[in-house]
Amino acid sequence: MTMVQALNSALDVMLARDPDILIFGEDVGYFGGVFRVTDGLQQKYGAPRCFDAPIAEGGIIATAIGMGAYGLRPVVEIQFADYILPAFDQLASEAARLRYRSNGEFWAPITVRAPYGGGIFGGQTHSQSPEALFAHVCGLKTVIPSNPFDAKGLLIAAIECDDPVIFLEPKRLYHGPFDGHPEQATRSWAGHPAAEVPEGYYNVPLGAAAIVRSGHDATVLAYGTMVHVALAGIAESGIDAELIDLRSLVPLDIDTIMASVQKTGRCVILHEASRFGGFGAELSALVQERCFYHLESPILRVTGWDTPYPHAFEWDYFPGPARLAAALRRVMED
Amino acid sequence: MARKPASASPPASATLHPPVPQRHGAKVEEMLEFYRQMVLIRRFEERAGQLYGLGLIGGFCHLYIGQEAVVVGMQSAITPGKDSVITGYRDHGHMLALGIDPNVVMAELTGRAAGISRGKGGSMHMFSVEHGFFGGHGIVGAQVSLGTGLAFKHKYAGDGGVCLAYFGDGASNQGQVYECFNMAELWKLPIIYVIENNQYAMGASINRASAEDQLYRRGESFRIPGIQVDGMDVLAVRGAATAALEWVRGGKGPIILEMKTYRYRGHSMSDPAKYRSKEEVQSMKDNRDPIDHLKAELLDHGVTEDQLRVIDKDIRALVTKSAEFAEQSPEPDVSELYTDVLVGQY
Ligand SMILES: Cc1ncc(C[n+]2csc(CCOP(=O)(O)OP(=O)(O)O)c2C)c(N)n1
Ligand SMILES: [Mg+2]
Repeated sequence: MTMVQALNSALDVMLARDPDILIFGEDVGYFGGVFRVTDGLQQKYGAPRCFDAPIAEGGIIATAIGMGAYGLRPVVEIQFADYILPAFDQLASEAARLRYRSNGEFWAPITVRAPYGGGIFGGQTHSQSPEALFAHVCGLKTVIPSNPFDAKGLLIAAIECDDPVIFLEPKRLYHGPFDGHPEQATRSWAGHPAAEVPEGYYNVPLGAAAIVRSGHDATVLAYGTMVHVALAGIAESGIDAELIDLRSLVPLDIDTIMASVQKTGRCVILHEASRFGGFGAELSALVQERCFYHLESPILRVTGWDTPYPHAFEWDYFPGPARLAAALRRVMED
Repeated sequence: MARKPASASPPASATLHPPVPQRHGAKVEEMLEFYRQMVLIRRFEERAGQLYGLGLIGGFCHLYIGQEAVVVGMQSAITPGKDSVITGYRDHGHMLALGIDPNVVMAELTGRAAGISRGKGGSMHMFSVEHGFFGGHGIVGAQVSLGTGLAFKHKYAGDGGVCLAYFGDGASNQGQVYECFNMAELWKLPIIYVIENNQYAMGASINRASAEDQLYRRGESFRIPGIQVDGMDVLAVRGAATAALEWVRGGKGPIILEMKTYRYRGHSMSDPAKYRSKEEVQSMKDNRDPIDHLKAELLDHGVTEDQLRVIDKDIRALVTKSAEFAEQSPEPDVSELYTDVLVGQY
């Protein structure tokens, strides 16, 4: 399955299992979603369970929180992660805080799916990676898959989770892996081991990272599209690096990260979002706090630049494999 | 003190309305200019579509084809530079109708250094201080509120200017629109909210997304008057613009013009068009086309086919030149990546 099909399958499986689950968002019902993730679900489950909402992100997420607090389990789609911001107040002030301030009596078991990230020439309003904004808000979980198998399993886990989950989908990976080489022909998921996706129910627990490549000399931390870029960058560097796909940022699998960095003594963090105050800063601080005496070189970050996502310069902005390879060589010099 | 008893019938609506607008009685010269501008927008957009197909334009690109009469009729009534204009991402037509050079618009679409935003904004994000054009905005609905702020400045400065804030039927469901409607009426701001109701927001037809689909009534609870206009008839649009401008310039506060229009092409360049029938689109093109409409009227007024052909030819040349310009201009220098993030260096 492609990632789009895997996500669709997760929604399909969950709609069938639990009548309290419903899906809504802009163009998700009749039209099947601009990226086709909800294709066919309205036909199969009917409009009461998969329906269109007007363009009103604040209202969409706020009503989902209300539905969630009263026992439903809504899965909403925000068409692009860039459009979540009108609903940020609802997420930060309501969804994230309801459990705490009601002393555990109410909570919002909602899942907010949103395609994120660049590499599709979307310019500044269709390319951003806002994960750090959500990871910073206590009371939210933030999950980012990097392949079809995980996408389905993590989405099911997110829907089943009683906390609000921000589920960011790397749109550049919807139809195939992308390793940061735009000049090469686009690849499809066909034949990729992680494209073997079971039809039925399974989940991938939130908070468990995956070791995508084991290695001895350095640890690379990545998620989403950057997992594939990291594989290419590691190959180009010729360095025997271990690659960890975080899969979920909150909760974070710090044990897997620590075990790896304590083994390798070096760490490079890769993300597409801009650098200053990005999630890499948190990772870097955690690794430093917990692995300081194992570190043999400074932790490096390879990230998007501290600018809005430009319309021109897509590939100058996008942190590609060459930049990761250069960082790996640098950490090996110390 | 006892409460006053409720009156038997609710008070009548306090919304005041301008007189019903008259279709603009244009002279032939003026009609020819409208024709020229509409054809310019149409040919420009067709060419942009081709450049997109050739891979010269990347990402998102929303064409204005079918809606030309709205912008041409509205903007013929304002003074560029004195009045301000703001819109969403479907913005090429708004710029051309303000007299902005097609070359720098096309070069922005192709992401080149000579583009009006030096390649950093792209199709959806273009601006021109000189022409009072405040963008080009990718976030649906944002321009409505930004425009309300522009109108505030006109009033504060007493410069006699008016803001035209354009937005779609889909955008009219964003919450921030109503926050600003209230402020605009409360503060009697000089703004015309132009709703370009092309009946679809991406794949969502208006009646699947809007409880009140008569969008000119969307200001009623704020006492903002609204007028529904045939947005496929440039002279009807111009007539409504004149009436609305008189109202707003007279200090009576904001007004809503709902333009009933239609987009011929997909929402953006990647649109499977499964949400409406080919027949529906074809029937609009055949029966309601704003350019055909005006052309017929011009011929009735004694203008010859030859005269129109000259205009068509000039426009084609202009558009071809803009495409060549956009293809030949160099890409921006990477050092531009870090300019204009903040004042000075970040
Ligand atoms: C806040 C926000 N939500 C969603 C989108 C995605 N989006 C872009 S255009 C559009 C449809 C808007 O329709 P309408 O306002 O009718 O304008 P039209 O495209 O018809 O000109 C949507 C949903 C966006 N750009 N911004
Ligand atoms: Mg519309």
